[in-house]
Amino acid sequence: MAGLRERLSPGPELWRSLDELADTPEFRRFVDAEFPSIAERIPARLDRRTLLKLMGASLSLAGLAACSRAEDILPYIRQPENIVPGRPLYYATTLSSDGYGIGAGVESHEGRPTKVEGNPDHPASRGATDAVMQAAVLSLFDPDRSRMPLKHGEPAAYDDFLADMAELTSRLAGAGTALLIEATTSPTMKAQLEALRARYPRLRLFRHDPLATPSGTEATQILFGRALAPVCRFDRADVIFSLDADFLGEGPGRLAYARDFAARRRVRRADDTMSRLYAVESTPTITGAAADHRRPVRPSEVETVAAALSAVLGGEAAPSALALDPTWLAAAANDLKAAGRSALIVPGAHQTPFVHAAALAMNARLGALGNTVELIEPPDAMPIEGDLAALCQAIAARDIDTVVILGANPLHTAPAGLDVHDVFSQLKLLVHWGLHRDETAFVAHWHIPAAHDLESWSDLRAHDGTASIVQPLIRPLYRGRTVHELLAVLGGELAVSALQLVRRTWAQTLDDPAWRKALRDGFVSGSASIPADVAMPPDLRGLKPRIEAAKGVEIRFVADPWLRDGRNANSSWLQELPRPLSKIVWGNAALMSPATSGRLQVENGRVVNIASNGMDIDAPVWIMPGHPDDTVTLALGFGRKLGSVAALADGHDAYRLRSPEAPWIVDGAMITPRDSSARVITTQHHQAMEGRAIVRHASLDAFRKNPHFVRDGVPPTPSESLYPDWQYSQEAWAMSIDQSACIGCMACVSACQAENNIATVGPDESALGHEMHWLRIDRYYSGPPDDPEVFFQPVPCMHCEKAPCEVVCPVNATTHTHDGLNAQVYNRCIGTRYCSQNCPYKVRRFNFLDFQEFDKDAAGPEQAVHNPDVSVRSRGVMEKCTYCVQRISEKRIKAQTENRAIADGEVVTACQQACPTQAIVFGDLNGKGARVAQEKAAPHHYALLEELNTRPRTTYLGKIKNINGRLSSGGKADG
Amino acid sequence: MPQVFSRSANGISRFALWGACFMAIFAALGGTAILRSDFVTGVGRPLAQPVPFSHRHHVGELGLDCRYCHSGVETSSSAGLPATEVCMTCHSQLFTNADMLAPVRASLASGQPLQWQRVNSVPDFVYFNHSIHIAKGVACETCHGEVDDMPLIRRAHALSMEWCLGCHRDPEPNLRPPQDVFLMHWKPPAGIAEIRRSLISLLDIHPETMTDCYVCHR
Repeated sequence: MAGLRERLSPGPELWRSLDELADTPEFRRFVDAEFPSIAERIPARLDRRTLLKLMGASLSLAGLAACSRAEDILPYIRQPENIVPGRPLYYATTLSSDGYGIGAGVESHEGRPTKVEGNPDHPASRGATDAVMQAAVLSLFDPDRSRMPLKHGEPAAYDDFLADMAELTSRLAGAGTALLIEATTSPTMKAQLEALRARYPRLRLFRHDPLATPSGTEATQILFGRALAPVCRFDRADVIFSLDADFLGEGPGRLAYARDFAARRRVRRADDTMSRLYAVESTPTITGAAADHRRPVRPSEVETVAAALSAVLGGEAAPSALALDPTWLAAAANDLKAAGRSALIVPGAHQTPFVHAAALAMNARLGALGNTVELIEPPDAMPIEGDLAALCQAIAARDIDTVVILGANPLHTAPAGLDVHDVFSQLKLLVHWGLHRDETAFVAHWHIPAAHDLESWSDLRAHDGTASIVQPLIRPLYRGRTVHELLAVLGGELAVSALQLVRRTWAQTLDDPAWRKALRDGFVSGSASIPADVAMPPDLRGLKPRIEAAKGVEIRFVADPWLRDGRNANSSWLQELPRPLSKIVWGNAALMSPATSGRLQVENGRVVNIASNGMDIDAPVWIMPGHPDDTVTLALGFGRKLGSVAALADGHDAYRLRSPEAPWIVDGAMITPRDSSARVITTQHHQAMEGRAIVRHASLDAFRKNPHFVRDGVPPTPSESLYPDWQYSQEAWAMSIDQSACIGCMACVSACQAENNIATVGPDESALGHEMHWLRIDRYYSGPPDDPEVFFQPVPCMHCEKAPCEVVCPVNATTHTHDGLNAQVYNRCIGTRYCSQNCPYKVRRFNFLDFQEFDKDAAGPEQAVHNPDVSVRSRGVMEKCTYCVQRISEKRIKAQTENRAIADGEVVTACQQACPTQAIVFGDLNGKGARVAQEKAAPHHYALLEELNTRPRTTYLGKIKNINGRLSSGGKADG
Repeated sequence: MPQVFSRSANGISRFALWGACFMAIFAALGGTAILRSDFVTGVGRPLAQPVPFSHRHHVGELGLDCRYCHSGVETSSSAGLPATEVCMTCHSQLFTNADMLAPVRASLASGQPLQWQRVNSVPDFVYFNHSIHIAKGVACETCHGEVDDMPLIRRAHALSMEWCLGCHRDPEPNLRPPQDVFLMHWKPPAGIAEIRRSLISLLDIHPETMTDCYVCHR
């Protein structure tokens, strides 16, 4: 390992695997083979005799496979009261999203959690989930999870650890010990830390959160003298101005914000209204894509934009040296002024305290403070004294010789300016508690496996302060401990359980019935923070925008939307989930604008060296339309090589360019193209609609003038068809997708993967376009590449009434059902792929390889994540979206046993359930007053490629943007 | 140049060619027959179980209801097997020292479940649901046979797709009033044809939808 590190440390070369780095002969043979993926399986020289032998063997084996041994059935010893085998149970719990709680309802099959749904009553979920929450069940069954305590890297007994901790506890009263916690909002943890601190006043507490954005609380500290966190009310906002804020994609309240935001923009009739969003942003985000007017600016220019907007709102002239068109800013300011207290200015969490303060001042001046934005006590306030840099300083000053790390992984996530490895090597005792044996665990003296969120008792607060209980779905698989148990051990309580500790926290507030209600509901009712009553000071108390222009190239760091700080790097679902805008999978790239790439004369995939503050990394370039010039976006979380899945991924470690002083924005970087190129895998290579009316869009004004705009210039649909006529006497399942609501967050794709046992294929197969997602979100650009409009279009199977796939199947493996589904019968499919060839929407997915292990003994713990109601598909089989037919069957059987019809809204597909903006509506077209039928009656409803006369059941509502008339040119959006 | 083949070679080759054809047809027919035979499907053959549980004794002689042990049958896809505790509700009082029941007592004491051998099984890609069949008047007996005559449980029908589809295409001959589904040796009352016809509409059964592939495969 040390030798490897040495080879890595100069860092100019890119490498993918340890074999490649070592350049072994086996690896060379692997690379030289024409088909590396099957090279190992075919003999070097295949003669006729070997071929016949193989064919004979496979024939006889095919026969053998049919003979199966009788299965065992294992009944319970004592059957738990509520469990009926074959019927899932749902439990309310809370999942942590960067330390904040989002309520979830988790499906459990005979005690095995398989699927995460949102909790409709929880204020941060509102029934929705995001892509990362969906993957919680996969990380629970991750085979690379740490399974036993390790002392100096060797398996050790937990009792030995307790003995060592008893020794540590005995000297806690003295100085020299520190705790390093990660981002959390847990009231129990807070109470435990406070108790520890009261008992051991010389114990020092630090927090390391690589994704921390402390500017907001810094600004309120300066303005109001105390730390406060904003809670936005998008349901009350008519005009929204985003100062580099990605409120739909980032932050603990994003799901609720997306729900409220979309609800204010649901237009079905000409007299419906919608809110308007202006966005100024320093890297393309899904919030910018959802904006009615968007402008890319460099990260450092957001401050000047904030100052200029503030000036214009105050009636002054905008400063002359502004990156923005003054008419654009003036139009936005007029809109904000007209909206008054229904306006909302949202600062980006990573932006500087000035931007936060300016946004607060503008909101206060407009009267919006207290209406569209409220300030509460920060839910993540913990009794800590500093961050990782402060801890390193204290260790270097010999004040601390023992550190207990609770969850954080500073060896991977520390900024490059801090040599954590060196500092930690001076410690006498380093204890690490975590889910994986990660980089930090490797240098720790003790490593203790953590219990997963789904195995733990705990509690968390949501973005608005609402507390909810984390309830375990399963006993710890590997005897992991919760953070509360570990803190209790430090407090001298060795035998107390996490449940007792959490219950103790709530003993005062919740009596037993209230506690059970909180568990059942998934949150503690009435626990939301009360908005603080603050008075805005007349000035910004000395906060000023920067004066000098940024030097050189600016770097904008972002957290990868799925891997976050890197903790999810070993999740194959998340590695393979396309990033919303770039559609990159299994890696990251240096994102830059077309103009900047032209100036540097680099193309997609070309490796560039990015140097800043004496540190540098190599990364491949990816050109992003709509990216500000002279800025490069680097996503954190990649570049990890620990873990069997993480090691497969490409990508660079952006932490190696980060400095502790400026964690999110750095200027003065140098970019030098290199001669090599590196693989960047993307699932969408084609961005243009080629003149076809794929995404049909209009401004709100244009919609009001012509509600049927989606019919303009569309080729006529033939009325006759050569395909068989079907009668739909029972249900007629159909789906409607509102493109105005879709924000492209990918939650539906992840939910579909979890619900339908969809395999991941790995980076090599993804590069060949063999990804298996049944539902994809196509992203289209239109307009100038510097600042295009962005459109998202979720594309599941269309379930055509006149389905081209059905008529070409030679074995009837894809058939039409009485309720209009194009059913795919896996056990009949022989893999001709004619259906996929004949599908105009390209929604069918083929298993080119055995992507899932069928041998129960070889498959490992991750097989437990499978939904037992859906077949696991093997090699050579076609598959596609089924409209979650297992859910239809379940509800139909339920309705039929009760001898009634299926109610509208009873069948909810996985994508629909996860969607934060309720863009997807599913139901029975034959049902009276069905919501899906109402959606399809909207004037801007259309079918994809309807000129082909496939009569799809999945249809779309055209996208409507609320364009400001003063900024539009000829009815078309100007971006 | 002498002839390579003798005169008899003609006959031999004809015999061989025709013989090969017959063999191929025979193998095909024979193979099909074997696959459908009880030898392969396992119909009528009891499996060795950890405890020689007798349905004849418990159902036929004592008259226990199916649902006493298979409690999920009306509400779940799976009928369910009794937990060890269910066995012990009676056997903590009756035959408390019988050798035959030693594994049951051992299971309760050790916490290790009994390992029964599955007799009636369908492939993994078939999603059978007990509750809907019970609700629609398909009796236990129809698929599982007269278990009250079985000292050791054995498969009564092949449970092949062809056999399932026979009923899904035309369920009428296999229907009975839902209150009678748990009865064994049920004798159809007079006018059963009329009752069955009315059941089709009363129970809202739509045979035209029951052969959709996704009804069983998903």
